[in-house]
Amino acid sequence: MSTLTTLAAETSTSTGEAVQFWVLAPLAVVGALCTVLLRRAVHSALCLAGTMVILALFYLANGAYFLGVVQIVVYTGAVMMLFLFVLMLVGVSATDSLKETLTGQRWLAAACGLGLGILLLSGIAQASAGSFTGLAEANADGNVHGLAALLFTRYVVAFEITGILLTIAAIGATLLTHRQRIERNKTQREQAEERVRKGTQVTPLPAPGVYARHNAVDLPGLLPDGTPSELTVNATLRARGQVREVHAEALAGVAALEEHTARYHGQRRPKRAVTAPRGAAVTGGAEEPPATQTTQAAAGEDGAGSTGDAAAASRDAEEARK
Amino acid sequence: MNPENYLYLAALLFTLGACGVLLRRNAIVVFMCIELMLNAANLLLVTFSRMHGNLEGQIMAFFVMVVAAAEVVVGLAIIVMVYRSRHSASVDDASLMKL
Repeated sequence: MSTLTTLAAETSTSTGEAVQFWVLAPLAVVGALCTVLLRRAVHSALCLAGTMVILALFYLANGAYFLGVVQIVVYTGAVMMLFLFVLMLVGVSATDSLKETLTGQRWLAAACGLGLGILLLSGIAQASAGSFTGLAEANADGNVHGLAALLFTRYVVAFEITGILLTIAAIGATLLTHRQRIERNKTQREQAEERVRKGTQVTPLPAPGVYARHNAVDLPGLLPDGTPSELTVNATLRARGQVREVHAEALAGVAALEEHTARYHGQRRPKRAVTAPRGAAVTGGAEEPPATQTTQAAAGEDGAGSTGDAAAASRDAEEARK
Repeated sequence: MNPENYLYLAALLFTLGACGVLLRRNAIVVFMCIELMLNAANLLLVTFSRMHGNLEGQIMAFFVMVVAAAEVVVGLAIIVMVYRSRHSASVDDASLMKL
């Protein structure tokens, strides 16, 4: 701490600080440029976080130790994380549209920015101050002590008002994002009745783990005959078109496994294949007992979930006939 | 090295932030550029604090940080609300006061 204090207390900057500045300042500018120019909002956020960390180092070099730490904790820690949270809510893949609503707005904006930059830089160049005082006196008791002494005496009213401001901001944010529920929550019974009334998918959707060959949620589970079932993937992923293809090797593996099982069952219990629902009726023909008719009717309703079973069972039935 | 270089850097960052606000359409990126401008102003205040040898500049920077935090909270809440009603975070789409 004492070395740091002396470092910032000097009335001219050391070579070390110059090296730090010339290494980090270009990085900060590049980070700011990337924040403005990168099309993905997440990339912009990461570049901005980098720039903020570099600014924190500059604060430390300028003797503002408290602010340097607060910059890292509050800005890169809290504010940027809040930004990332909202980005995740809004959708990471959302990119800027390149369509200009106002013609020539981009060039006008760039020109305005350039003008502002020239104005600011020339203004600083005009007001050149050769020497500077340094913080030796002010930071004598330590930077935090000095800040606290000012904050709780001369600026105590402003400090209290900031407290009120933060409270109001917190209340405002919860009020803004709060959504009032207009209709009543459906009970489980009502949901069940509605599902039966609709009749499209009475049973629960097939679980992704059954016959799945992968842990990822965007990979569909495989039906017993090896075809991937779209129903096992989350509806949101299906709507976004983010369902991944199942590898052909995995499909072949399942097919081979099924064939092996079918052969095994064909040898060990030849008469069990009667329970086959729909496929058996197609391939089995007249020699099947009438019990298949009822099972077929029962299985007819629930679509994709049972077709796989049917295909596997039909293979079973074929084995049984031999 | 002259500490004025910090002032030039701050001016440059502020300009870049201003350009971003004017150029970008995504409301969140516009917000991030505003944060960049606030940070540039903070760097300026901290440098001035060192140049003049008192801590007033750092106190100002501290208050800017607190106000920026409050602003981010409310602003992001507004963005989330606009996104909910319009399914877009583009500033061009939010052209009406209400739907």
